[in-house]
Amino acid sequence: MSNPASQSFASRCLKSRSFVVGGTITLILLCCAIVSLFWTPGEVYNIVITDRFKAPSADHWLGTDQFGRDVFSMLMTGTQNSITVGVVAVSIGLFAGVSLGLYASAKRGWTEELIMRFSDFSFAFPAILSAIMITAILGPGGVNSIIAIGIYNVPVFARLTRGSANSIWAREYVMAARAAGKGKFRITIEHILPNILSIIVVQATIQFAIAILAEAALSYLGLGTQPPHPSWGRMLNEAQTLMFLQPMQAVYPGAAIALAVFGLNLLGDGLRDVLDPRLSRKR
Amino acid sequence: MSVFFAKRFLTLLATLFGASIVIFLVMEILPGDPALVILGVEATPDAVKVLTKELGLDRPALERYFSWIGGILQGELGNSYAYKVPVWELVEGALKITIPLAILSMILSVILALVIGLYAAANHNKASDVSLMGFSQLGISVPNFWLAVLLILFFAVNLRWLPPGGFPGWEEGIWKGIRSLILPALALATVQGAILARITRSSVLEVFREDYVRTARAKGLSQRATLWTHVLRNALIPVITVMGLQFANLLAGTVVVENVFHLPGLGSTVLKAINNRDTIVVENVVLMLAGMVVLTNFIVDLLYAVIDPRLKAHDI
Repeated sequence: MSNPASQSFASRCLKSRSFVVGGTITLILLCCAIVSLFWTPGEVYNIVITDRFKAPSADHWLGTDQFGRDVFSMLMTGTQNSITVGVVAVSIGLFAGVSLGLYASAKRGWTEELIMRFSDFSFAFPAILSAIMITAILGPGGVNSIIAIGIYNVPVFARLTRGSANSIWAREYVMAARAAGKGKFRITIEHILPNILSIIVVQATIQFAIAILAEAALSYLGLGTQPPHPSWGRMLNEAQTLMFLQPMQAVYPGAAIALAVFGLNLLGDGLRDVLDPRLSRKR
Repeated sequence: MSVFFAKRFLTLLATLFGASIVIFLVMEILPGDPALVILGVEATPDAVKVLTKELGLDRPALERYFSWIGGILQGELGNSYAYKVPVWELVEGALKITIPLAILSMILSVILALVIGLYAAANHNKASDVSLMGFSQLGISVPNFWLAVLLILFFAVNLRWLPPGGFPGWEEGIWKGIRSLILPALALATVQGAILARITRSSVLEVFREDYVRTARAKGLSQRATLWTHVLRNALIPVITVMGLQFANLLAGTVVVENVFHLPGLGSTVLKAINNRDTIVVENVVLMLAGMVVLTNFIVDLLYAVIDPRLKAHDI
């Protein structure tokens, strides 16, 4: 029961090396996050002081930290945190940013000008800095850092959506739809959005990676996820104080962050190849 | 040229003005009374009231905004609420670390990008190109603060070549100062360099396909000569654009990386000020950082005109 269109989509996916590698890494991380909800090989939340600084073994695959917690289990549980932050922060940016971008593009005139100039200002603020300022207002914490990163994502999507939507509004089929008497809202839903969706999906993957990096940086600075919940950024911060004694403890969480970001960036590249071959960076 | 310059300069001022409003509004909503934070939770309401008046925080928001901006225009940043010293005194030393660090990282990242990008483009689709691009993809994914930790482990702890952190101050000698900035700059430059290397490569490849390059090759110019005289200049425009756009991220990176190396730069100053609810310091530092981003992009715009005179003509 497979139709040719979906078949070619699947084969295009499998042909893109970036998509396969990136997708596999992302899938593995997702599995880690789900499995860690029910099971982890060792202790994550409880302090077992007799087990502190254990070397890697069959019981503790990557050893234990200064409180005797199992490092591999903490990394697994940390995946939940990073994925949650990514999903929620990107969703905030997607929902608000795409709506604003579509609205600006449909309305044009001063509404568009106002929305775009406002998003211009936000580009003068470095990402982490705006997140730091926002967490300073809301107070440190996991949820607040998600909101901070989400707010930063809004202008990114607004800009992208408005730019791509404007080019679709100029197409003949949109003019035809207008001539047929369709309203701006209906054209936006029926013609504009479906045609810019692939660009937005690709950007969402990239922003997901940026969100994971930003959350890790905030947690590293002590503004993100609070103890005892494990987060890759905070694990790195705690490990840094013991860097001279246990250097490997500082290596693992960073490697986890890098792997997640690497996987998502590759997935983004792959999706670009698959969804919109015209945008492909391949030569 | 002057019209182009004036137009860009006006945009710069407008952006800074907009940024100052956004910063002020954000700090207005910041919970926590500076007076209460300075005096501690056990302070009597009367004492808090007196200090609030002393700090000038009882005035209406609009008046405070204009006195802040008016002060900046006269070169007066006001006094820190927490330390009771002029903000400039707190910021001056920090700027002497953050600005050289940003410049050093920028230079390192451009060198990295040009070397890797040009080499990869010249060896397009060969094994060295594929592996270099693989490495650069990895470089983009690495969080700079983790790279910083790895660099400390390797160069400071294992090899003992460079200090693991801290800053001796410029008065101890320029070389000593630069030595403590090398690792942080390298941590920042690797990520930026990886992004720029990819742009350089694709931009050079793009220009290689242009007709004028084919003509130059047809008239007998060697590949190397074509690269230097025709390709590089044209390929630099997208590279410089991204460099300008990435500068904001580079500065953001310094905030975090300064923390890893315990450098008393703008990043640590702003984090400390946020914790102390020292709003006036936060406002000034954030505006300074935004100003640096805007100024860099202004310079980038001017560089366009130098590199490609066609853009200037188009703009006027």
